[in-house]
Amino acid sequence: MENLSNILGRMGGVYLLPAGLALGAFVLIGAPASWATLTIAGLSMGMMVFLMASGLSLIFGLMDVLNFGHSAFISFGAFVAATVLSLLGGWVGADSVFLNSMALVFALLAAVSFGLAAGWFFESVIIRPVYHDHLRQILITMGALIVSEQIILALWGGTPITVLRPHFLEGAIILGNVSVEIYRLFAFGLGLVAFIGLYLVLNRSRIGLLVRAGVENREMVEALGFRIDRLFIGVFMVGSALAAVGGAMWAGYETLITPALGGEMMIVVFIVVIIGGLGSIKGTLLGAIMVGLTANYVGFLAPKLALASNMILMTIILLWRPNGLRPAVK
Amino acid sequence: MSASLSKPSFGDIAVKSTVLLIAALLCFAPFLFQDVRALEVAARICVFIVLVASYDLLIGYTGIVSFAHTMFFGFGAYGAAILLRQMGPGWDAVILGGLAGVLVSLVVATAIGLLSLRVKAIFFAMITLAAASVALVLASQLSHFTGGEDGITYRAPDLFKPAFKLMVDEDGKVLRLFGVKMNGKLAAYYFVFVTCLLLFFVMLRLVGSPLGTVLKAIRENEARAEAIGYRVVAYRTFVFCLSAAIASLAGTVYAVWLKYTGPDTALSFAIMIDILLMVVIGGMGTMWGAVIGAVLMVIAQYYLRDLMGVAAEATAGIPLLPELLNPDRWLFWLGIIFILLVYFFPKGIVGTITQKGARG
Repeated sequence: MENLSNILGRMGGVYLLPAGLALGAFVLIGAPASWATLTIAGLSMGMMVFLMASGLSLIFGLMDVLNFGHSAFISFGAFVAATVLSLLGGWVGADSVFLNSMALVFALLAAVSFGLAAGWFFESVIIRPVYHDHLRQILITMGALIVSEQIILALWGGTPITVLRPHFLEGAIILGNVSVEIYRLFAFGLGLVAFIGLYLVLNRSRIGLLVRAGVENREMVEALGFRIDRLFIGVFMVGSALAAVGGAMWAGYETLITPALGGEMMIVVFIVVIIGGLGSIKGTLLGAIMVGLTANYVGFLAPKLALASNMILMTIILLWRPNGLRPAVK
Repeated sequence: MSASLSKPSFGDIAVKSTVLLIAALLCFAPFLFQDVRALEVAARICVFIVLVASYDLLIGYTGIVSFAHTMFFGFGAYGAAILLRQMGPGWDAVILGGLAGVLVSLVVATAIGLLSLRVKAIFFAMITLAAASVALVLASQLSHFTGGEDGITYRAPDLFKPAFKLMVDEDGKVLRLFGVKMNGKLAAYYFVFVTCLLLFFVMLRLVGSPLGTVLKAIRENEARAEAIGYRVVAYRTFVFCLSAAIASLAGTVYAVWLKYTGPDTALSFAIMIDILLMVVIGGMGTMWGAVIGAVLMVIAQYYLRDLMGVAAEATAGIPLLPELLNPDRWLFWLGIIFILLVYFFPKGIVGTITQKGARG
């Protein structure tokens, strides 16, 4: 038994979980074609959720701040991107890939810059006065969430909004008898790029070194003369921008968005960071992929259970590891 | 600080006399405010005082942030609602429904508590939020059982029907006392009032008991309480279960009063936000705060919207402002007030007033 866990640990430990999940689902589903479609859907959903969740996790890890208003960035990202896409409607529908991708780039850029600006505002106005006070942090960020949801309702109204998708992302590729939606591939790719980028910055750059040191021991980093609060604003802004991009991608995935989007995704995001363990990027990715895969497999195998599937997954993992799979915070 | 041991301070007296005044107003509400809407407001205030006070046991006394309080409220409400519809109007349905609600609440609260009260406070907040949203989705999906988005309409026990004659005069008509009809509506209101008063007294007694002191000790310094020999997890789980049970009973009472239960009245996240606002406005860590917060918020809910409608019309020419002054956007303003309160008056109205008096 100990031998087995040793071998598993050397092969990747908890990172094998998604593979195990996929394998189990393969046996249960039986049809390779539908299994492949579901797996790709699950992976791309996981990547989008990862975009939304990574910021939350990093912010918590570095500064012990949990932002309940994080979902406001997700919804704002979705709505800002949707607005830009509909303003550039001519480009989106055009037959040229260049115009299409320019519209997409502009939409994502709008979401990113909005996320950066709103993150800066949020950190310096809302959260700074209540560092180190969890109770008031939860209350204040909750209040900020209420206000931002109301602003969204005031600006965009309560009716669902259709999101235009750039023309070149429509349709599907047929491989054998597996059809793969191009948008899903794109979402997966973007998430992967974001993960690799974050991973490289955190592990290979001087700033990343400071961030990781700050997560490990904040006082020591401050004592060595680094302004960790400035670093934190940066992390907060990047985290918010990532959430906005995640929201924008999700808007394109759903194609019909309502102001309730942020709240719905927030639950998933929370479950992901709880499963993955707060504060670590790898843990968040692991949690996001697990949640994405489970949601798709369960949705196919037992549609009635789909709603509760994330909750069940979280319960099982918390019973096994009360602090999540890969906690960075002690 | 706390004036309960020494001579009562001015602020303390002010708070307590306000609460007494509120209690008196609520007690004679059907006679003082003789219109249907005012009675609705009074009953809602009664129920929310209990709901907010039970939440204050968690957030104010023990320092646990839970977002699942409406879930327990909903269990109680749906328990009574489902049984009243299945079994027909009767006391057996109300009592069984209330008990079922409490039982489900206790089981769920124990499960959540044992699972997550061991870890950080913030984890607990997130897990309760997730659980509450799952409950909300389940209630709207299991529509053959819960009525889905439309909710359930049912009849209350005969005693509470408006046509029921509580007292009759010589002609066999409903007796009027000070111009108020002695009918079932009155009985229903006093059912709500008395039950809520009892529940409130239970909680008041509880926070004054040694148990209440232990809870405060846990809030102030968890490690120290543990070191003195109190089992923090056990106490936290207990108080979480207790407040869940009380919330569930409040839900049952409200369901009997409204004769309708749906996601909007019993489960929605908006109610959770209301409770949070009431606790913070009134003042955390005092039962009196729950009373004052609930009264202010419920009155604002019913009457502030009218005012905002007027303001929206007045500013019709200005861009964006009418949108924000729209009565539907009143949460926007409450959210801003909420943030400012948490910044500047974290002790809420009651805490701030009590403290002022103690200093002077």
